[in-house]
Amino acid sequence: MDRPASFLDEALSLDDGDSNNLQPWIGRVVLVEDCVETNGAFVLHHLIKRFLSPNLSSSDSIVIFVAFAQPFSHYDRILRKMGCNLVVQRENKRLIFFDMLMLECPDDGVEDGIIALYGNIQKAVEAVSSLNKNITIMIDDISLLEVAANGSTKDVLDFMHYCHTLTTQFACTIITVIHEDIYSSADHFTLPLQMEHLADIKIKAEPLVTGLAADVHGQLTILNKGSSDGLGRWKSKIRNFHYRVKENSVEYFYPGGRT
Amino acid sequence: MADAICRVLRDGALEGEHATSLTINDSVDSPFGPIVFDYIFTQLSSYISSGKSQSRGVVLVAFSRSPSFIVELLKSRGIDITTTHEWLRILDCYTDPLGWKERLKERGAIKTPSTEASLIVNLCKDVRNLDDLFSLIIALGKGLVGEGKNRFSVAIDSVSEMLRHTSLSSVASLLSNIRSHAQISSVFWLHHCDLHDMKTAAAFEYMSSMVANVKPLSTATNVLRENSENLSLLEQNYKRGQFHASLKRRNGRVRIMVLPSFSLNMYTCTHHTQAHIQCSISAKKCEEFSIEQSLIKFTSLSAGKNETAQSLVPKVSFRHYRIYPFMSFFYVQHNSGYMFWQVQFNLQLSDKERSDRAKVVLPFEHQETGKSVQIYDGRRSVTEGKHVSSIEKLQKQEDPGRGEIIYFRDSDDEMPDSDEDPDDDLDI
Repeated sequence: MDRPASFLDEALSLDDGDSNNLQPWIGRVVLVEDCVETNGAFVLHHLIKRFLSPNLSSSDSIVIFVAFAQPFSHYDRILRKMGCNLVVQRENKRLIFFDMLMLECPDDGVEDGIIALYGNIQKAVEAVSSLNKNITIMIDDISLLEVAANGSTKDVLDFMHYCHTLTTQFACTIITVIHEDIYSSADHFTLPLQMEHLADIKIKAEPLVTGLAADVHGQLTILNKGSSDGLGRWKSKIRNFHYRVKENSVEYFYPGGRT
Repeated sequence: MADAICRVLRDGALEGEHATSLTINDSVDSPFGPIVFDYIFTQLSSYISSGKSQSRGVVLVAFSRSPSFIVELLKSRGIDITTTHEWLRILDCYTDPLGWKERLKERGAIKTPSTEASLIVNLCKDVRNLDDLFSLIIALGKGLVGEGKNRFSVAIDSVSEMLRHTSLSSVASLLSNIRSHAQISSVFWLHHCDLHDMKTAAAFEYMSSMVANVKPLSTATNVLRENSENLSLLEQNYKRGQFHASLKRRNGRVRIMVLPSFSLNMYTCTHHTQAHIQCSISAKKCEEFSIEQSLIKFTSLSAGKNETAQSLVPKVSFRHYRIYPFMSFFYVQHNSGYMFWQVQFNLQLSDKERSDRAKVVLPFEHQETGKSVQIYDGRRSVTEGKHVSSIEKLQKQEDPGRGEIIYFRDSDDEMPDSDEDPDDDLDI
């Protein structure tokens, strides 16, 4: 286990002593917030690799990836550099990839389009639920889903609500990405705020206060509301540290801790 | 205070009165509204299941949490779930609120539309139709307690979800119908106030006999975290918070709790009149809460601090800050903390007003201008006096910019009697 990854994993409660324990994440909703200056895609890539890691033999995980932002080849290229072969995972049925780049709901049929999308996801979940594995649904990203839904925030939120029901019915984990800087702050009912209320864990990638730097690309803040089911461990915690995106990996360190 | 709220809900409403109603407000900065809701729900359920409350049952309208979560919650709080069919019904608006799953099942796209049916759970497949929703709630409640005088309570989690599907007026109408139903003892709901505008929050507060606000301990700046101090503040906000509660009495007054009320007098001068405006601020009862092991603990703010007996009159010192030209902020320190509120009176003089004030001739004999001033000494003739003392005080002056003080002595009202010596009563 490489040290930089466990730093983030520990902050995300993915590394609570038992390094292969995904228990804290079952049934949770995770929101990755980023902006133009600091792209949060690296968090998603890290999580894909983590969940598809061959080390997780005792609790195999299946990833259902709904892509609005990039085609399969893009993720494959990046994950390959990180040491994870998505083609093989897809063939082994550990990765189910929905390419939604071309999805565009007609003006009067937005709800139907979104319902159909949800239907596909639940169908995929049902197909693998009998295998008794952890199911993770990743959506990249919510902002583009809204575009595909012709800007209908309501339908997107309804969709997210229905995905949330999958967390209780099938114990799925949901991970979504949202770009917070594209929404107007004047509008009260912004999608990010609604998503923040829905999410249990918020991972926020933002620039440093001091501005651009060559050796530090941004800061990551993790807010974990904590599980409210009263079972097991319950930690409400906040972590903040800096990161630097390198060619094949990402380096994490506390502010001032980089040598 | 939280327990006091639970007791008020337990005691319910008097005959002929609207049901007791509670709004729980929270925001993303202190997102513990659901935990407070759970606390109140389990307390009320405990009273109901042990027969200690006015209501004999509770109908929970679940929008944001699943029925299974609710059952697990009751179990974890030590409530006997084997008897829930006698006093609990859950209207499941979470699993399939818009009927999507049913439609998909009909098309053959999915296999399992929802969880299995249960004695206490009823599925609602269209939350947009609030008339039907109301009928369902009443039907479930009557199914629990029967017809007649028996009452039941209603809990809604959350109205913010309802507002996504329907308009504020429809939701308000539903809540109003629930409150005024003869068989409903109490009703409470959760509201994320940062998702809606002020009008919505005001509408819910207007319909509530109690309002509970879940607030962060301190507001850390949400922009970029500048230092670790902000981070620790944020961390505190995720573990603890403030719980503000206000209760409306039947006579319309907001219930004043331990912190006594205090008055703040403000004076504002207009051109001709001098007005005295008194503001009375009622302090609301305040508690802190902390989250431990998913349980919420409320502690009174005054308890635990190293203070001796609280005096009836708090030490009040206030400083006045002007931040905007037409608004004033008062910062008041009292026994348990600080209150900071905005006063929408213009207490500052404009330039014109300042110059007018400088021009006012004060009624002193010696103005230090070298010449004596003729001062009205109250001995003008009656007719002239009466003519001047008309209601029309706002007469246009020759010089409109010149301020003037018009003073009428009380002795003007007396009829002057030449025989009478005003100094007769002196005993020299």
